[in-house]
Amino acid sequence: MEKKLVKTLREAIVLSGLRDGMSVSFHHHLRNGDFTLSAVMEEIADLGIKDLTLNASSLFDTHQSLEAHIENRVIKKINTNYMSQGLGHRISEGIMEEAVEFRTHGGRPRDISLGITPIDVAFIAAPASDAAGNCSGKYGPSACGSLGYAIPDAMYAKKVIVITDHLMPYPLTDCSIPEIYVDYVVQVPAIGDPRGIVSGTTRITRDPVGLLMAETAVEVIRHSGLLKDGFSFQTGAGGATLAAAKFLQDHMLRENIRGSFASGGITGYLVDMLESGCFEKLMDVQCFDLKAVESIRKNPAHHEISAMQYASPAAKSAVVDHLDVVLLGATEVDTDFNVNVHTDSSGRIMGGSGGHSDTAAGARLSMIIAPLFRARLPIVCDRVQCISTPGKDVDVLITQRGVAVNPKNEELILRLRDARIPVVDIHELKYMAEKLTGVPQRKQRTGRTVANVIYRDGTMIDQIKSVK
Amino acid sequence: MKYTQERFTAGTLESSDAMVTVAYCEGENRITVDSVVQEQFGEAIRKTVEEVLHEMQVKNASVTVVDRGALDCVIRARVETAVLRGREGL
Repeated sequence: MEKKLVKTLREAIVLSGLRDGMSVSFHHHLRNGDFTLSAVMEEIADLGIKDLTLNASSLFDTHQSLEAHIENRVIKKINTNYMSQGLGHRISEGIMEEAVEFRTHGGRPRDISLGITPIDVAFIAAPASDAAGNCSGKYGPSACGSLGYAIPDAMYAKKVIVITDHLMPYPLTDCSIPEIYVDYVVQVPAIGDPRGIVSGTTRITRDPVGLLMAETAVEVIRHSGLLKDGFSFQTGAGGATLAAAKFLQDHMLRENIRGSFASGGITGYLVDMLESGCFEKLMDVQCFDLKAVESIRKNPAHHEISAMQYASPAAKSAVVDHLDVVLLGATEVDTDFNVNVHTDSSGRIMGGSGGHSDTAAGARLSMIIAPLFRARLPIVCDRVQCISTPGKDVDVLITQRGVAVNPKNEELILRLRDARIPVVDIHELKYMAEKLTGVPQRKQRTGRTVANVIYRDGTMIDQIKSVK
Repeated sequence: MKYTQERFTAGTLESSDAMVTVAYCEGENRITVDSVVQEQFGEAIRKTVEEVLHEMQVKNASVTVVDRGALDCVIRARVETAVLRGREGL
């Protein structure tokens, strides 16, 4: 066996055979605390390698240095599932010649596994690894919990480089990625800043509007007919959705309802629900806070899953297909229930689908929670700036002034009306908001395409135009 | 308003509020709007400021609105207050 442990990042890159025009990949488990992507790109630029495709499961503001690598043609193309506004706004201004390709958390592993977006070299930041590359997110100073998004990269990339700041003795059992996929291991002083990797605690909102929407959401779940033993659930980490998880927990404990699993990005609130007996299992593709990291390390009922098992439509089945209810957010919803989570209301990139459209497609009831308006911008419009999740997969929009139900769900409308939940037409929500805010002016976007939005099945669902 | 170096403000930079600053300027009223919803409501905000200044018979004012997504009624109130503070100060 060739020795895998190499001394420097540079040596590993050279050994991997990375050349002009190839594709490199990164995961986003270190979130805004990640040092690895920037450090690797710096070395690659220094080696004079150009015209790369960057395939990253998500990009955060800490990756702002990419702008320089785009300008110097080190990076020619970006494939990602999410891009925070620092880089997003620059992409919207048109700094790249080639359009960014946005995918979903399920669509990315689908296209990697089908060879549509092949990866030449995967760089995997690992909070703990042994010298053979058995690696885990559960241990070490930069522990991030699950490494679910890195698993398809490890399985399908031609070369795999594990980068760690916590080398453990061989064999590291209980690993996320086994040595069979790993070519080289590099030890560095730090792969990230723990403060940016996970938040200490994720807090529920104290905003009364958020709390009211959360209560309404739980009422809708209660009367949907889905809340019974075996119930399965996913929620994002937004303030109002977390509050809804808390209220749901109270209700399930009171009524002695025992759910089967909660999935997705896992927060301390879902850990509480597991530990108090609301769910049998957590299916965790990513940990959001320290409590989740500690739980996945200690509790065998808290289970790590790969991005493929989470959401890939190319998998023979996936966790999202087993979901009863998902609670999601939105920057805009249109009167056809299409949801935008890619851009702000001025069309500038500030996010991405992540698992939004995967869970919306899989869950039996997909619910959007959003206030009637935010900073004078009504949430409901005639046509969203960008279709991230198609209206056919969205069942309910919950606001503080009423609940709009997609008209295809006749039975749900009747159930909610019987329960005296304020069901209103989605056009009515738009009208209510505009009465308070005024009617927003909208510009036609005529600039060139800066991003293509690829739906989870591989078809292009929308395009994002440049904004000056 | 008479000649003064002073500027009078009302409002905050909190989300859904606006900070309005009024100062004396030579000639006509000058209005500057910097808003997080410039594209959607920039024109509407300018029109509201013009209306309030007209109603209060203000001339020779330089008005700056830094808007964080305030509703129309809030903008109206902030402009009115800034102008009244200016008048009291003189």
